[in-house]
Amino acid sequence: MTHPHDARSHEHASHLPPIGSAAGIDAGHARAHADVWLSDVTAGYGDRLALNGVNLAVEAGSLLAVVGPNGAGKSTLLKLIAGLLKPWSGRVEVLGHRPGVAARRVAYVPQAETVDWQFPVTVEDVVMMGRYPALGVLRRPGRDDHRAVTAALEKVSMAQHAGTQIGALSGGQRRRVFLARALASEPDLFLLDEPVTGVDITTQQELMDILEGEAKRGKTVIATTHDLPTAAERFQQVAAINRTVVAFGPASLILDPDVLARTYGGHVLVLGGQRAILDDAHHHDEAHGREAHFHEESRPAQPHRHRGPRPATRDESRDAGSTTDGEG
Amino acid sequence: MELVVDPLTHAFFVRAMLAAILVGTVCAVVGTYVVLKGLAFIGEAVSHAAFPGLVAAFVFKVPFLLGAGVAAVGTALGIGLVIRRTRIRTDTAIGVIFVGMFALGLFWYSAIKGFVADLFSFLFGNILAISTGDLVSLVALGALILVVVLVLWKELLYATFDPLAAAASGLPVGLLEYLFLVLVALTIVVSLQAVGIILVVAMLITPAATAQLLSIHFNRLMLLAVVIGVGGAILGLYASYWLNVASGATIVLVETAVFGLALVLGPRTGLASRRRRGTSAP
Repeated sequence: MTHPHDARSHEHASHLPPIGSAAGIDAGHARAHADVWLSDVTAGYGDRLALNGVNLAVEAGSLLAVVGPNGAGKSTLLKLIAGLLKPWSGRVEVLGHRPGVAARRVAYVPQAETVDWQFPVTVEDVVMMGRYPALGVLRRPGRDDHRAVTAALEKVSMAQHAGTQIGALSGGQRRRVFLARALASEPDLFLLDEPVTGVDITTQQELMDILEGEAKRGKTVIATTHDLPTAAERFQQVAAINRTVVAFGPASLILDPDVLARTYGGHVLVLGGQRAILDDAHHHDEAHGREAHFHEESRPAQPHRHRGPRPATRDESRDAGSTTDGEG
Repeated sequence: MELVVDPLTHAFFVRAMLAAILVGTVCAVVGTYVVLKGLAFIGEAVSHAAFPGLVAAFVFKVPFLLGAGVAAVGTALGIGLVIRRTRIRTDTAIGVIFVGMFALGLFWYSAIKGFVADLFSFLFGNILAISTGDLVSLVALGALILVVVLVLWKELLYATFDPLAAAASGLPVGLLEYLFLVLVALTIVVSLQAVGIILVVAMLITPAATAQLLSIHFNRLMLLAVVIGVGGAILGLYASYWLNVASGATIVLVETAVFGLALVLGPRTGLASRRRRGTSAP
């Protein structure tokens, strides 16, 4: 099967709009080239607003990290794209259709906590579920399906655990299995909610290698994450979210102190050349922080690399994610 | 041997036996999903909600199966709607609806002049009183339920395990949810005559809950639930015949005893094995 997006280049990433979402590019052009396209979308749960005025155009072959504090609307954004949540207003297009229409070409992986891990299914059973929608009613999994499941399990290094009940897996193994289920469905668009949260560094790197490989094959990958160093280092692009798209651009953008401040609020400290430390817990002078950074609406997008008093260690960079956890 | 064969010379006992096998099978199959979805309380609610349907069927002289079916399915769908569309907590919504429906049945029942023995037997069930006509309708309805589950096996499994991912990949999870509630309602209707409104939820839950203690594979779990459900129903039926006691209660007691055994001796969650693990730990 040839992929419809194979011919598309990745060079668009270089002239993506500066801070302030996709509104900067010519709207028609963005829409035509986008796998995922949102225009002035407002959404929420019940009467609680979660996202407001979201504009976003994600091109085929993108490897996009969605970052932002808790309650910023990261999961909501994924659910909108997955068709699990209807927007209150605005338009969403996914693979050229309304959300849900091209559902079989979309693999959505929810956060780990949303399923019952004591459920009586094995690793292989779960990955096979990725094949169910395409099989249709009545048809049982055939040889191709078993082959796809085995291939997906090998890709995430879980083949030896195929017969294990999922409750016996570690947190990292669970994320691997869920990614394998997504891979087994051979989608054009991956929507992953916190795929590398709470896993060890080896697992994180392996999972990111796989996602990178899928993006290189022209698949579109959109993943939420709390882990800013991973977002900056391993993704091509980043969308910083806080109730709306605060910034959208090359992944290194997330290290820009103004972007950080506008995304996370409060006082943000950037240490070292590569890593960002968010230190909200120690700086409660939020109003001051906002004042310092919020007047610069029209600043250019060159990410600033601030030199801190000392380079951050790996451990500290892990903390960056967990510190932001405390919010919302 | 005589104890086993002798009852089978009575036509009513053979009919009861067939009904027991049918109810045991259908309840175990649907019950497996009920247990995994955590919908035990909905089973309780729907069974009680069938009561006003039975009274209505009596008053308007329509088949009991129809009255109970309409009331049970209507309540199941109503609960589904309330859960999906309002902010009321699920258990609260179910509690309000089911007691309300049961009260409606009792109210109406008490308003009927004269004694209505037939109706009362539906509260506790009377499997030995099932007629050939009843049995034919029960088998038809039971077969329909089993066919639907068999056809939608994969879809129900995916939607039960991970409804978000299933919905995102194009399965009509909302529709499956309502369909499943209808299946639960129909399963209860099939079982009402055998075990009665009060006890039917045990038929639905207990075999599947027992199997859950014994197997970690979905297919084997369901098969095991069927074996336990059918075995318990047959054993319970015989026991009630030998001891000349209420059949529904005896069946439920046998199944509860099997659950107790699995709980104590089971390899996974068994209390005994847990203690063994505890002592072997350093």
